[in-house]
Amino acid sequence: MLAPSLAILVAFVLYPLGRAVWLGQTRCNAQGEDCRSNGWDQYVDVARSEEFQQALLVTAKFALITVPLGIVLGVGLAVLADKYLRGIGIFRAIFSSTIATSVAVASLMWLFLLEPSVGVLSNVGWISDAFPVVKSPGLLNDTGTALWSIALTSVWAGLGFTFILVTAGLQGIPRDLHEAAVVDGAGGVRRFWNVTLPLLGPTLLFVVIVLTTRAFQAYGEVDLLTNGGPQPTDPTTTLTYLTYGGTSIINNNLGLQAATAVLLFVVLLGLSVLQLAGIGRRVHYG
Amino acid sequence: MTSDATTTYDSPSGWRAVGRYGLLVVVSAMVLFPVYTTVVAALKPGNKVLENPLIPDAFTLEVLGDAWTEGRLGRFLLNSLIVAVIITVAQVVTAVLSAYAFALLQFPGRTVLFVVFLATLLVPIEATLVVNRRTVDSLGWLNSYAGLTVPFLAAAFGTFLMRQVFLTLPRDLRDAAAIDGVGHLGFLRHVAVPLVRPTIGAMALFGFLGAFSQYLWPNLITTETDMYTVQSGLRQLSESRLDQPNLVMAGVIIAAVPIAVVLLIFQRQLVRGLTAGGVKG
Repeated sequence: MLAPSLAILVAFVLYPLGRAVWLGQTRCNAQGEDCRSNGWDQYVDVARSEEFQQALLVTAKFALITVPLGIVLGVGLAVLADKYLRGIGIFRAIFSSTIATSVAVASLMWLFLLEPSVGVLSNVGWISDAFPVVKSPGLLNDTGTALWSIALTSVWAGLGFTFILVTAGLQGIPRDLHEAAVVDGAGGVRRFWNVTLPLLGPTLLFVVIVLTTRAFQAYGEVDLLTNGGPQPTDPTTTLTYLTYGGTSIINNNLGLQAATAVLLFVVLLGLSVLQLAGIGRRVHYG
Repeated sequence: MTSDATTTYDSPSGWRAVGRYGLLVVVSAMVLFPVYTTVVAALKPGNKVLENPLIPDAFTLEVLGDAWTEGRLGRFLLNSLIVAVIITVAQVVTAVLSAYAFALLQFPGRTVLFVVFLATLLVPIEATLVVNRRTVDSLGWLNSYAGLTVPFLAAAFGTFLMRQVFLTLPRDLRDAAAIDGVGHLGFLRHVAVPLVRPTIGAMALFGFLGAFSQYLWPNLITTETDMYTVQSGLRQLSESRLDQPNLVMAGVIIAAVPIAVVLLIFQRQLVRGLTAGGVKG
């Protein structure tokens, strides 16, 4: 009964990971053949290389933008819709809706908003007058705004997910607690900080972990919106894009790709351990 | 997401009601803004798209038709559907089988194997694709349904989830069935699976969504247009036709509608699945 699962997991998860660890210390030709050992310090070289450091920094920045923003907006939407109002179902459906977008769908919707020549923002007169950057060079082509634009796309695409999870978390908080707090004279703000937020702890921890992991795996947004650019500083080349991107400088170098992929794995592993150890201790499991 | 019938609604009146609904409407408009501009563009003829991108001042269904035929989205949707259905069915079957083994069978090495399964959860897909592409290439599976599906026919997360629910089944059930001479497979099929159907539903939904939305892997292993999934098709459309944004946005809508429909039908499974421990993005 175990055989089918085991076969797939070994062949397509464990073997490739082990093989990637091995390939990470080799140099291959452009066809990915004829790989020769280059010594294990190739990992050190890759980790120290400017490209890897830069991509790591970009990815960390991306996570530091998308995770807090995604959480704040998701919790905001959930609290806003956590009311017993007629017709609230419609608003909940709207707030959940972005979960239906694949990364390609969400990215192209935002590409059409942000693109400097055919995009919406640059073709609405008063917007491009007030913010000339949307037309020239364009939010996706400006070194300062490109990463923020991608982050916004990503946050928007993830809103539905965060909203649904936080809403479920809110509904798990007994109404009695809020009523008791009201009796004790706590206002709305006070109740949010002292009742809602602590009891959402486990939900929020889970959301933080998922959003961080996603941020470190972000690929589609970068591929569709900027191709890692704008050149020459590549301020949107994330770790995943560095590994797999069509315009990445290691695109034809199997050994370096494998090394980067393995280092990405190590970074993600380290993050999960940190999050579980650090935040986990401060969470109340209701 | 639906509130039950016994819910009593707060009925704020006067300015309070206006304020609450007003805020909800404004925020909804902000959330839906990118969808709005997409729909407006997709329903406009090409010469009108860039004039007033925020205002639906012209209407045509032609562009949707063009996107369908020129963008070959029918073919790509079919590919995505085939791939997603194969992956979903296989993931459910493999997860149910292995979860049952972990939950109800005694065999040497069970703990070790379970740890191995759990360990695979820590491996991000991005760490394996470099080698998987080579594997699939050497098997001659580039540009094939096999290449698109086989690496994902089993997922440890499903096994883990199913094991949890199998563990909640009363032990007596299995004992009684054993006395009646029912084997494990018979028990699994006629007793265990029907009892855990809701979890299977949630797992299947997430398997389907994940498979349908995959982006990186299909792009790595498909070079022939015939084998593109709809996500790769969108990528191609945006790269070749960005000068016709209405056509690209029409393609986006065509690609998004099937998932929206699936989610509307399976809302309950969606919430159950997300809260059961989440999904891997």
